[in-house]
Amino acid sequence: MSTTALERYHQKIAAAATQDMVLNMGPQHPSTHGVLRLELITDGEIVKEVIPHAGYLHRCFEKHAESLTYQQTIPFTDRLDYLSSMNNSHVWVMGVERMLGIDKDIPKRVEYIRVLVCELNRIASHLISIGTYGIDIGAFTPFLWCFRDREHIMGMLEWASGSRMLYNYIWIGGLFFDLPVGFEERCREFVDYFKPKMVELNELLTNNQIFISRTANVGVLPLDVAINYGCSGPMLRGSGLKWDLRRIDNYSAYGELDFDIPCGQGLMGTVGDCWDRNKVRVDEIGESLKIIEQCLDRLQKELKRTPDFDPRAKLPRKITPKAQDYYMRGEGSKGELGFYFITDGKSEVPFRVKARAPSFNNLSVISEMSKGIMIADLIAIIGSIDFVLGELDR
Amino acid sequence: MTFEAIKQLLIAHFGEEVVLGEETGGLQPALLIAPDRIADVCLELRNNPATYFDFLACLSGVDYGITANRFGVVYHLTSIPYQLQLTLKISKEHGRDINDLPSFPSVSEVYRTADWHEREAYDLVGIFFENHPDLRRILLPDDWEGYPLRKDYQAAEYYKGIKID
Repeated sequence: MSTTALERYHQKIAAAATQDMVLNMGPQHPSTHGVLRLELITDGEIVKEVIPHAGYLHRCFEKHAESLTYQQTIPFTDRLDYLSSMNNSHVWVMGVERMLGIDKDIPKRVEYIRVLVCELNRIASHLISIGTYGIDIGAFTPFLWCFRDREHIMGMLEWASGSRMLYNYIWIGGLFFDLPVGFEERCREFVDYFKPKMVELNELLTNNQIFISRTANVGVLPLDVAINYGCSGPMLRGSGLKWDLRRIDNYSAYGELDFDIPCGQGLMGTVGDCWDRNKVRVDEIGESLKIIEQCLDRLQKELKRTPDFDPRAKLPRKITPKAQDYYMRGEGSKGELGFYFITDGKSEVPFRVKARAPSFNNLSVISEMSKGIMIADLIAIIGSIDFVLGELDR
Repeated sequence: MTFEAIKQLLIAHFGEEVVLGEETGGLQPALLIAPDRIADVCLELRNNPATYFDFLACLSGVDYGITANRFGVVYHLTSIPYQLQLTLKISKEHGRDINDLPSFPSVSEVYRTADWHEREAYDLVGIFFENHPDLRRILLPDDWEGYPLRKDYQAAEYYKGIKID
């Protein structure tokens, strides 16, 4: 059964080509942050309609997951949102652990290390988001500063896992390795180094008058629209709702940690504008630093490294969850990351896996947000959504 | 509001026949809904002040296997005001004919999230959604043949005359 939607789409483009201008943005355009193609129907500088075309980076994650064991899929989850791989594998691993019923047996030290590396990765991801957003708007320096600071995190995570971006570090029931000796001290050094750098970055970019003029009151996303479109993460919080799954579900060690949930307040314009979304990310970096410090406190005191501690001790030998289906959600750096598992109880591979990617839902609102705006503002909106095509296309 | 209370609320509002059953064996209970009524059920769950399931977290198209010959859609709803989660399932038997897709009502009028998710289910699992505003393929090219997440999918040997190794 073919649908008539494709014909309607072709007719729309053909009709627009005679009256308005059809403009292709991407897939190679740098401000689309990856291989996203936006088809714009424009009237001069005004965008009448945006038609997103995704899928250039589709690599059949869900099909792959149906033929690989749960442990073997972890490297594939790393490649979903490749800017915060730790968060992806954390959610995946927690989902499998809960289905196996071993989530309560995970050693505290393992949980705290997981949270520590996830938050480091979240900072790295937000730094890319803020830095590239600056570039989109025309500020080059913050980009270099962000990448300079992110490099410290990349170095630390490489030290822990052996890989710079795609870690395969969090395993079902434990970790690949314990943290290397001296990691906690190095991490504390980084936190002390990084805090003043954030102040500098805010002076340079977040509170810069040019930046504010480009982003405040631009791309306002009202809260009800955001919820209806399934936006999550900084997108939803930017619209003024304190909704963070780390707090709502209190998974892993987050229930024992103290942190705030920043949300958009419309300080420079309207609640839910581009500046608010960027500001939420800036504030979240501060909250992540708070979490990291608390994790380090505990990892250096009561959960100290002992010679006989084995992060692989609880690794299950055979992973065959009983027949059920389970939806696991967690707060990735972009929003609610979910994995929906269907298991048949007999085999070591899942029957069906669906990945609910936050970028996928966050981007879907772009057509709604960009009716009647200027093309230059569209760039500002795309940057403020902060999507990663790796998880959008899966 | 408990799972049982939500079930009773739906039965009181729509009658016995709308809830076909429930799955309570796993960690997350699920309600089996009559496929034709899913859009009404979602609208009621979203608008009812006692439930306010305003956030569609995930929508998954599922092929339940070659022997079962059953296709379904699974909805994961979240109520932000009450911090609740709910799973709804619809399914129907279907003969896997590629030219006559299994068809379910679209909920994209209730949750705009469903717009892209239903396009994805159409694209990868081959499920048709009635009254969907723009049911085109989303991740695969428009001229792709077949639905890759079906259990009987055979990878093509050629794509536009190019041999796939």
